[in-house]
Amino acid sequence: MRKLLPVETFEAIKPRLKEFKLTFYLLNRNRLTMIAVITVFLLVLIAILAPLIVPYKEHVISGTNPQEKLLPPSQEHLFGTDELGRDIFSRVIYGTRISLETALAAVGLALLIGVPLGAIAGATGGVVDEVIMRITDIFLSFPPLLLAILIAAFLGPSLTNAMLAIAVAWWPWYTRLIRGQAVSMRERQFVRAARAIGTPHFKIVFGHIVPNTIAPVIVQASMDLGGVILTAASLSFLGLGAQPPTPEWGLMVSTSRNYFLNAWWYSIFPGLAIFITVLVFNLVGDGLREVLDPRTRKY
Amino acid sequence: MPSARVERKPKMLKFILKRLALGVLVILGVVIVTFIMTRVVPSNPAAQWVGPRATPEQIQAAKRELGLDQPLYIQLGIYIKNLFTGNLGKSLKTHQPVIEELKNYLPATIELVLLSTVIAALIGLPLGVISAKKKDRWLDHFSRFFSVGAVSLPTFWVGLFLQLIFYRWLGVLPLGGELSTNIKLFYQVPHVTGFLLLDSLITGNMVIFKDALLHFILPGITVALYPIGLVARMTRSALLEILGEDYIRAARSYGLPESTVLWSYALKNSLGPTITVLTLSIGYTLTNTFLIEAIFSWPGIGSYIATSILSLDYPAIMGVTIFAALAYVVLNLIADIIIALDPRVRL
Repeated sequence: MRKLLPVETFEAIKPRLKEFKLTFYLLNRNRLTMIAVITVFLLVLIAILAPLIVPYKEHVISGTNPQEKLLPPSQEHLFGTDELGRDIFSRVIYGTRISLETALAAVGLALLIGVPLGAIAGATGGVVDEVIMRITDIFLSFPPLLLAILIAAFLGPSLTNAMLAIAVAWWPWYTRLIRGQAVSMRERQFVRAARAIGTPHFKIVFGHIVPNTIAPVIVQASMDLGGVILTAASLSFLGLGAQPPTPEWGLMVSTSRNYFLNAWWYSIFPGLAIFITVLVFNLVGDGLREVLDPRTRKY
Repeated sequence: MPSARVERKPKMLKFILKRLALGVLVILGVVIVTFIMTRVVPSNPAAQWVGPRATPEQIQAAKRELGLDQPLYIQLGIYIKNLFTGNLGKSLKTHQPVIEELKNYLPATIELVLLSTVIAALIGLPLGVISAKKKDRWLDHFSRFFSVGAVSLPTFWVGLFLQLIFYRWLGVLPLGGELSTNIKLFYQVPHVTGFLLLDSLITGNMVIFKDALLHFILPGITVALYPIGLVARMTRSALLEILGEDYIRAARSYGLPESTVLWSYALKNSLGPTITVLTLSIGYTLTNTFLIEAIFSWPGIGSYIATSILSLDYPAIMGVTIFAALAYVVLNLIADIIIALDPRVRL
């Protein structure tokens, strides 16, 4: 049976709550960062509500309307129409959902691979540590975009494979980060106490070390979201990610290459969507980094 | 102190050798990982080699010729052995040695990347300095926004955007390629080093140089955007840290002009991190050109790998990958050496 949080637990997380409040306060002081935070929430809202707010729902996936192809922006079609007469605005709005989903899934998967490996390496030490970290080093020595391109090319082009490819290219960063944290935990009092009462190693790693080292990794992961969205769009642009008729931004820019000289709106709006999304995520990440780093922290 | 400097030399050499050895191991790891990846793909290289209308016997013969009938680890061993003699195998599509094809495509990419990096340094550095000087003023905010913006831009989109403005709307710059078609037809294109801009300049062929320069501008700007943002940010933060040091206050209290303090005294000590990021960014830029070259029909390894990927030409893909990883490792090493050159760093 589970009881309510005991008072001691509440007392224990109190400093963390205070830390959180302080962080939020500091973020709030930087106007640019705060605008970015609000925009991120807005984007998430758009992604969730996408099916409700798109004006031409049938244009999102396969519906075509050849009579209205390549129309410039107007009252009916805010962002104009594409070569099949589909409403670009509707497709860009829907693309928000696809981009955020892909990015979250890719980072989540990368964490799922990277965190256990790093925690085990750091907490165990010795040969295990050596083997895991050398493998990590090899993956780190690929330029990330190249590795993602390679894997996506070999797995075959699809959005799921692009997501997998990004996860494979990203996990080593988290492994390295959490390993460093885990090493410093290894000889801490509470870990030694757990070991002394005979807690199994597995349980020490995932019950004690991971929960105490995960915070910086989560922060890093949220900072990476911008870069991951950009990479996913780049893969789709190369034809290695989403396939038509998916309304994915990178793919839309890629298709627009055949038409954009006479239909500027076709490539401008999906690209702008990528830019704004990546920008606000990066601004939030930048702001977080400045606030969380004690050297640049300004009270 | 002179004695400290003498003592440092052998240490430095040892450091470099150690890092080199590590680099070789990393490259070996990259080769193995890439090799395994190319082999788990369900594709038939032998059939690709002989073409679509081959008999089963011909495919069998090609299998033997390419060594594909051997066990995987022997194939890997042969590949690595050949690698040491600079043999990367032959392209499945063109049947040309991959190393020769790389030699043809590399100069265009290297020229694009290096020249853009220089441009990035020339723009990013002053931007960072001014931003640090005007900290928290509108110029600083603009610069921060610009530098975060530059790393958030989808470069492939920027390329299209620039083409739209300067080719379609203003009509002042060419759409893509390295040279205009009529120039290629009517002039003897010089070939000394393979770097087109450099070659036309040393042979004094100004018509070609001008045309090549015009073709360089748009891809050059597109490639340079990312490192500009990076350099500006790095310079700003490094400079801000250093401007708080005592020796800067001392210099100021001597009554030295602010410009001397900023551009000479402070900037010199903040260059280390800036050069480091710039070096590291070359590796990133290199893979970024894969996206940009496709847009500008730039005849470099980016265009090469793009076509190789579509046809799953795995010797070609491996060739480019190994080159990119090699460049990455070497650039990392250079960055580490630059850091180590700083006498404050303990080896």
